[in-house]
Amino acid sequence: MFIGHFTERPYQDPNSGYFGATGRSLMDLGMSNASYDPRLGADLYNRYLDERVFAEEMGFDGLMLNEHHSTPFCMGQVMNLEAAILARITNRAKIVLLGNILPIWDDPLFLAEELAEIDMISRGRLVTGWVRGTGRESVAHNAVPPYNWERFQEAHDFIVEAWTKPGPFRWEGEHYHYRYVNPWSRPYQEPHPPIWIPGVMSRNTVAWAAKHRYPYLMLATELQPTLESFQYYDEVAAEAGYEAGTEHRGYLFKVHVDETEELAEEAGRKYVQGPSNPFLEGNQGIVRPFIQNLPGLTQRNNLLPTMRSFAAAASRGRASQHLKDEKKAAPPPPPKDTYVDQTEKLSIISGTPDSVIPKVRHVLETLRPGTIFFWDGDGAMSHDDQMRSLRLMGSDVIPAVREMADELDLKGPFEVDPAGEGEASAAADDAPESPDDPAAQAAD
Amino acid sequence: MAEDSAYREGELVLATGTIKYLEQGGGTPVVVLHHSWGSPGWLPFHDRLAENHRVVVPDMPGWGGSERPAWARDPRDIAIIMTRVVAGLDLEDVTLVGLGFGGYVAAEFATMNPSRLASLVLVGAAGLQPGEGDILDQMMLSHRKYIEDSFRDAETYAGYVGEEPAEDVRLLWDLSREMTARVTWKPYMFNRRLEPLLGDMQVPTLIVWGSEDKVVPIECARQFEAAIPNARVEVVDGAGHVVELEEPDALAELVSSVSGA
Repeated sequence: MFIGHFTERPYQDPNSGYFGATGRSLMDLGMSNASYDPRLGADLYNRYLDERVFAEEMGFDGLMLNEHHSTPFCMGQVMNLEAAILARITNRAKIVLLGNILPIWDDPLFLAEELAEIDMISRGRLVTGWVRGTGRESVAHNAVPPYNWERFQEAHDFIVEAWTKPGPFRWEGEHYHYRYVNPWSRPYQEPHPPIWIPGVMSRNTVAWAAKHRYPYLMLATELQPTLESFQYYDEVAAEAGYEAGTEHRGYLFKVHVDETEELAEEAGRKYVQGPSNPFLEGNQGIVRPFIQNLPGLTQRNNLLPTMRSFAAAASRGRASQHLKDEKKAAPPPPPKDTYVDQTEKLSIISGTPDSVIPKVRHVLETLRPGTIFFWDGDGAMSHDDQMRSLRLMGSDVIPAVREMADELDLKGPFEVDPAGEGEASAAADDAPESPDDPAAQAAD
Repeated sequence: MAEDSAYREGELVLATGTIKYLEQGGGTPVVVLHHSWGSPGWLPFHDRLAENHRVVVPDMPGWGGSERPAWARDPRDIAIIMTRVVAGLDLEDVTLVGLGFGGYVAAEFATMNPSRLASLVLVGAAGLQPGEGDILDQMMLSHRKYIEDSFRDAETYAGYVGEEPAEDVRLLWDLSREMTARVTWKPYMFNRRLEPLLGDMQVPTLIVWGSEDKVVPIECARQFEAAIPNARVEVVDGAGHVVELEEPDALAELVSSVSGA
């Protein structure tokens, strides 16, 4: 069992007034950085790094980072920088990037070089993960959305080749062109750092990951659909001629432990009280659907009949649900108690070790993942909240989960090679044309 | 739809994909290139023109019923195909009318293949980087908001589109926006390599702008006028970006002033 720690590193500005479920709701991509305070930013970046160092001390196997752009809910804009710092100031834990947003890189050779440096400085502790990114990311770095999936695939192929094929070589692709690929840095790990694919729901991404034998990590999805996605992975794996195991299954879920049930509830409620985060259920603020799902992020290449008349179409009076949805883009009314609702369905697990451990066991028994990440210290949680939790994770939860994992035979990807002892996937070449739900699957 | 509208649907097979178009009338040809959000079909504006002209309204490649050239990356690619459409239909002495994004394509067309053109009419045309302000970025707006902003006001918009756009209108906009993103995501709606090429373009050009155009700054009308040797500007008072919908008679009359009808 591989046990990791994650937080989005929210920009917690107590003076902002923009807090999801407890204050003025925040329109996604609707907040000027004029209010950004770099001194507060300095404190927060350092706090989050300190917490990671402590998480390693408490026995976590992995420190997961992610990346978003132009939004206060995640301060990881350049997570490779944070990863490089962690590479130097930690000693044992894997540094898990979930993930780099490949399509927004115009020069993926830089990415190959950066990741190789991180892998070397950490002496082989880098785990890479790659995503397509949401509309937010395409807007922020102005990557053409209709070419998002093409660029994802080509950048993936290119980086793997830049890591593994002796240079110099030439690359003349559709989106990337190099006359001299010969990076003077190569990954510490052979043949290259592990690649894990995080996602939310897209069947096609699951299939793509399965065909490449890459572990697939579901990001804070509900248990039943998560299980179904894992089962679909297993089916694709079987078609590709191998049997998927727990080493291919990863799951990120919200777990906070505290000294008393009262403190646990107080801190747990803060999951939904930070800067509006569309990935923290109950804390969404307002998401603009037309930015979240930009033109061509989902392929729409069907042909239309030539339109006969504007007026005739309008007179038929069929309402468009899509535009109706846009019209009522006001924040949905919050459920009666989103925190209680989420604890009941185990979307949030918060309590003392005694109450948390059986719930974690239920998750492990249900999903049988070989990799888990506890999503903690997020939303409006303070440094103290996070440190109390990390301490109890170290003393009580992690040891108990390891025992559980042994008992349930949940092996992680560092115990069983997901690539199947080097027989890398030949089936990967016929990966699906395009994920049908990239905006959703590409969350983190 | 006027009762005497008797347009026909046509199809032209090119190596780059099949082009669909609507056509009506006789006389010297007028070709109308649609906005970025696609051709809304046969319009009263086309009827007015068809009184004296053979009017051809193509779906540009990748829009509406015309096949997508998946390789196209630039409005210039679209313009090249449109030169082949005009040649393929064997049209001579063409008055090429471009609306908004269609004006961008028409200007590119004229720089590279003016021989079949008698005149050029650019209506609220994109293509040049505005000296002041920016071209309204549809990618950061909902479909509804963008189209609404294309009209002089919300009431006029509602008069055309209705309370809610019908499903086929919404689909047209959605598909069109993807094709628009494929060719002009960045830079958005202009090409720094266009203006230098307009200087030797001898086709008589009429530049028409709605005084209330909120999509392409009216400054661009003056920039086109300065760049094209034989050009004049006409401003249609009270019209927004979609002059052809809001002031079809006035626009048809202006087109006639250069088309020789």
